[in-house]
Amino acid sequence: MARYVVDGMPKREILDPQGKAVLGALPRLGFGGVLDVRQGKRFELEIEGEPTEERLAQVRSMAETLLSNPVIEDYEVHSDHHTVSELAHEEGRV
Amino acid sequence: MKVGVVTFPGSLDDVDAARAAGIAGHEAVALWHADADLKGVDAVVLPGGFSYGDYLRCGAISRFAPVMSEVIRAAERGMPLLGICNGFQILCESHLLPGALIRNDHRRFVCRDQRIRIENNRTPFTTAYPQGAEITVVLKNGEGSYVADEATLDRLEGEGRVLARYLDVNPNGSLRDIAGVVSERGNVVGLMPHPEHAVEDLCGPGTDGLGFFTSLAAASFV
Repeated sequence: MARYVVDGMPKREILDPQGKAVLGALPRLGFGGVLDVRQGKRFELEIEGEPTEERLAQVRSMAETLLSNPVIEDYEVHSDHHTVSELAHEEGRV
Repeated sequence: MKVGVVTFPGSLDDVDAARAAGIAGHEAVALWHADADLKGVDAVVLPGGFSYGDYLRCGAISRFAPVMSEVIRAAERGMPLLGICNGFQILCESHLLPGALIRNDHRRFVCRDQRIRIENNRTPFTTAYPQGAEITVVLKNGEGSYVADEATLDRLEGEGRVLARYLDVNPNGSLRDIAGVVSERGNVVGLMPHPEHAVEDLCGPGTDGLGFFTSLAAASFV
């Protein structure tokens, strides 16, 4: 079993009302100096078998079709403790 | 015409949409999200509500409901398809319409009688209105802010594909006051406010919304 993580964030140019709400609340709690807050989503997927390039491609496909909306969000895919590029590097494919 | 109205888990306005279709002289046909069957309808309405609890993103899970594969196929053949509110969100998630709908810029749910201007009366759902008609219908949404990149917005404006625009106030932060858009082919229409709640004098702000449903009768499409 391997764990994969998909992190989704609203694109920079897209207004993030939830992040704005958090940004507004922090000073009220006495946390000063916070210039901006962006709020995203994190998915953790447990998939059978060892992490492979094929699995990563599959997770990336999940991210593109369902987990994120490319019109408003960017996403990154990681395996459990490795980023995609690190994993690919370890396998000697980069 | 036979007008199909899809019910998803969490749809709220399917009954009102079916009623509006009936008042406009159509036969309303109930369609079920889990059945990949359009039952021979001539047009489809995706109603408002909170399908699948708005989990993940509004419309993101509904877009993959079994009925949607048939709806998308029919829309690509030219069948008139109207998405209202959550239905509009589903159409954007399905990539049948460009752009996306995000949380209102003021972060509050909004429910009001909203004036809008019909900017394109050449769609299957707007021929009953004069070009530039100003009508009042119900608006109620939490995630109704229409966004798209500048190039897409320019293209929509240039091709006359802005269906309707908010008047008086922009209730949710939609870019360029856009309340609804039309597909490139012209048969798929998405609208954030609710014409189906403005079809009878008894309740709602009047009957200005009925035109969305009577337009269908006047038109022959596909």
